Amino acid sequence: MIIGIDTSLGTAVAAIARDGEVLADEQSANPLGHAEVIGDLLRRATAVVSAPTHVAIGMGPGPFTGLRVGIATARVYALGRGVPVVPVPSHDAVALGVLLADALTGVDTPRFAVVTDARRREFAYSVYDGIDDDGLPVRITDATLSPRDDVDERLSDLGAVRIEATRVSAAMIALSAARALAAGRTLAGTEPLYLRSPDVVAAHAPKRVS
Amino acid sequence: MVLMDAPLVLGIETSCDETGIGIVRGRRLLSNTIASSMDEHARYGGVVPEVAARAHLEALQPSIDAALAEAGVTLADLDAVAVTSGPGLAGALMVGVGAAKGLAVALDKPLYAVNHLVGHIAADILDADAGELEYPTVALLVSGGHTSLLLVRDLTTDVELLGETMDDAAGEAFDKVARLLKLPYPGGPEIDRAAATGDPAAIRFPRGMSRASDMASHRYDFSFSGLKTAVARWVEQHEAAGQPVPVADVAASFREAVVDVLVTKALDACARHGVPRLLLGGGVIANRRLRDVALERAAAAGVAVRIPPLRLCTDNGAMIAALAAELIASGRRPSTLAFGADSTLPVTEIQVAEDPDAEPPTLRAASSPRDGAAS
Ligand SMILES: [Zn+2]
Repeated sequence: MIIGIDTSLGTAVAAIARDGEVLADEQSANPLGHAEVIGDLLRRATAVVSAPTHVAIGMGPGPFTGLRVGIATARVYALGRGVPVVPVPSHDAVALGVLLADALTGVDTPRFAVVTDARRREFAYSVYDGIDDDGLPVRITDATLSPRDDVDERLSDLGAVRIEATRVSAAMIALSAARALAAGRTLAGTEPLYLRSPDVVAAHAPKRVS
Repeated sequence: MVLMDAPLVLGIETSCDETGIGIVRGRRLLSNTIASSMDEHARYGGVVPEVAARAHLEALQPSIDAALAEAGVTLADLDAVAVTSGPGLAGALMVGVGAAKGLAVALDKPLYAVNHLVGHIAADILDADAGELEYPTVALLVSGGHTSLLLVRDLTTDVELLGETMDDAAGEAFDKVARLLKLPYPGGPEIDRAAATGDPAAIRFPRGMSRASDMASHRYDFSFSGLKTAVARWVEQHEAAGQPVPVADVAASFREAVVDVLVTKALDACARHGVPRLLLGGGVIANRRLRDVALERAAAAGVAVRIPPLRLCTDNGAMIAALAAELIASGRRPSTLAFGADSTLPVTEIQVAEDPDAEPPTLRAASSPRDGAAS
């Protein structure tokens, strides 16, 4: 059984069986309040799970403060349970959801971009094209920042349809991890997908006061 | 005190730039692990919240592992988890809050969300060589993040804020004046080094919030931004006149102004409240001159001074665990899981989100069989 946790947009915690069956799917759509809700969501989602084998973590991109809450919770929950973590790009989970929904309805999914708000008048996008033999979305472009006004032009250059995401499914985070584990693949590094350096400038000479 | 029945608590502290993981058994300190991101802030001249929060996230797991190893316990042995809910930097606090909730849920153990400032006072009870903390006591907490004067009638139930800084924390003032004098960050030890050969009476810098007009409404409040500006003006005037700046004298005189106002107000609080006890805490207590002046003037005023070991004065998780252990010992219920980070948590809120429906933890005797490991 795999626990999935993502706080890149709202707050979401899910538990799935290794075959993909969703055992629990808890979420709060509130774009803030991650720290307040994560504990109760985690307790409810894990109440159905006797022995989790992995904790899948949505690594972003997303607003840093909220994103870190989920990663911190997931890492230390895994430490407490003595199980490994599986980092997953949050856009991969959105892409998997899109591809599975289309497959169910028999729609042929065109090349598309998952687009999420990155604040400061920027979007983050990742481009996908179909699903591979491991059942995972084929990522053409890793998560990238773009000024909001430029994103449509960039995506049309890439030949990708824009799919705006306002939530990330923790069940899809967990399913991405299950499929990556089955295929022996790694989807993301251990660092959060911040995409931006901390917004600071080196200290300058003190201002004159007289 | 029966150590056998004392709760084993792991405390998580991430309110500023130190990731602190502490483990205590009641009042006995088993581990005090601190990972600091101070070096990463040096080139910015002060703590950068986003840099601190990123560093907390990476330091958490290794710090927890190190603390468990040092204490010689496993996660399954813990009776409770404790965490700082505030005050502090919101984004930094949230990393600790998330981690603590993850740990409490994983282990199915009670979680205590506590106040960072009251934690600084609780650090004192971990000092095995000191006698019992007596009440009431005045507490002066001075660090890079806070400058607070408290009246502590009881650690777990009754802490009153007498006054705090209206602008910069004392530690921040040290950092800013160090920059004026072209000394590196962090400023406290650098100012100290420079001041060693200086005359503290060379320049009379202002004592903030100490005029008669301030004393009516801000008797126990502090202000250090005016002092910083006064130092800057003095230095600029000397440079403009083509004179070399006597760095040692400026540093010594600045430090004396800070120390004087801190100690004067703390002892005034002791006198006005009839409390002959003063507890010092916070990272700036590492400043030798502050400790010396406080001890000397308190002795003259008949006030007994307590200073926890310095490694427990800087921000740390052991003090957070110690406060939670005291809350447990006094029969307090754990917190719900629904609290967040509160960057301006008032000192009167010693514990956050106590759960009215929860049972207070029952402590097992050391000889009884351990619960099965959660993993
Ligand atoms: Zn502190």
